[in-house]
Amino acid sequence: MVYLTRKIEFSASHLYHNPALSAEENRRIFGKCNNPHGHGHNYTLEVTVVGEPDPVTGMVLDLKDLKTILEREIMERMDHRFLNYEVPELKDQIPTCENIARAIWKILDPKITQGRLHKVRLYESADLFAECYRNGAGPA
Amino acid sequence: MSDALKTLFGRRYRFAASHRLHSDHLSDEENFRVYGKCSNRYGHGHNYVLEVVVSGAVNPATGMIVNLVDLDDFVQREVIEAFDHKSLNEDVESFRSTVPTTENLCKEIFQRLKHFPLAKLERIRVEETSNNAFEFAGEEIPDRMTVR
Repeated sequence: MVYLTRKIEFSASHLYHNPALSAEENRRIFGKCNNPHGHGHNYTLEVTVVGEPDPVTGMVLDLKDLKTILEREIMERMDHRFLNYEVPELKDQIPTCENIARAIWKILDPKITQGRLHKVRLYESADLFAECYRNGAGPA
Repeated sequence: MSDALKTLFGRRYRFAASHRLHSDHLSDEENFRVYGKCSNRYGHGHNYVLEVVVSGAVNPATGMIVNLVDLDDFVQREVIEAFDHKSLNEDVESFRSTVPTTENLCKEIFQRLKHFPLAKLERIRVEETSNNAFEFAGEEIPDRMTVR
């Protein structure tokens, strides 16, 4: 099995606010991420696909195809968007790095038909990231 | 609740510390053969980067596995305060008897962080410089590697 990873970057805004909690609780839990008008990040997304290289092409999947999928499914949905209001997959969720990574996994998993989605790693900044794996698969 | 998706949260921290690679079990000559300039008598330092990765269920009320403030406080207390701007050989008890290679540093940091009460410690990574990195995920053999 070979693992291949492609990286993209997108910029988006968000805020953390749970309407079921009081203003004070929101402030206490989320701190400045609760500021009402939101704020933004440059996100870096790494998508890892696992599979056996095709004996004819030598590829697990064509990187051009993966690039097209990421452009269509992620960039068009999330780049230069307000994640809370403009991304339906994050509706009624706090758009933390964990939840965005999980939403990205659920969007990409059915779209990757050559090889198999192995890992999604999403950096909100150089020092903060979330990762998703299929349960039981574990890190490579 | 069972979850088809395993989710992890990672955070990177920095500390600066000095060390000297020198084993009391080896002669001076052997120390220099094994460790080279890392064995120079008065030690030297690095800007270390520590990556801490934890896992757990994502709390639906907060969207978080763990609030980063709680993880930051724990890592600060258990590792950064103990190591930052210190001599690993002189100021960290366990390195009085073991050589503070980055391999051993990984194990020491994992020991200090594995009791984090709010999420499961999955692995740590220590970058001694931007050109070398070490990872440690504990001594347990992961399920997928179990010989049946």
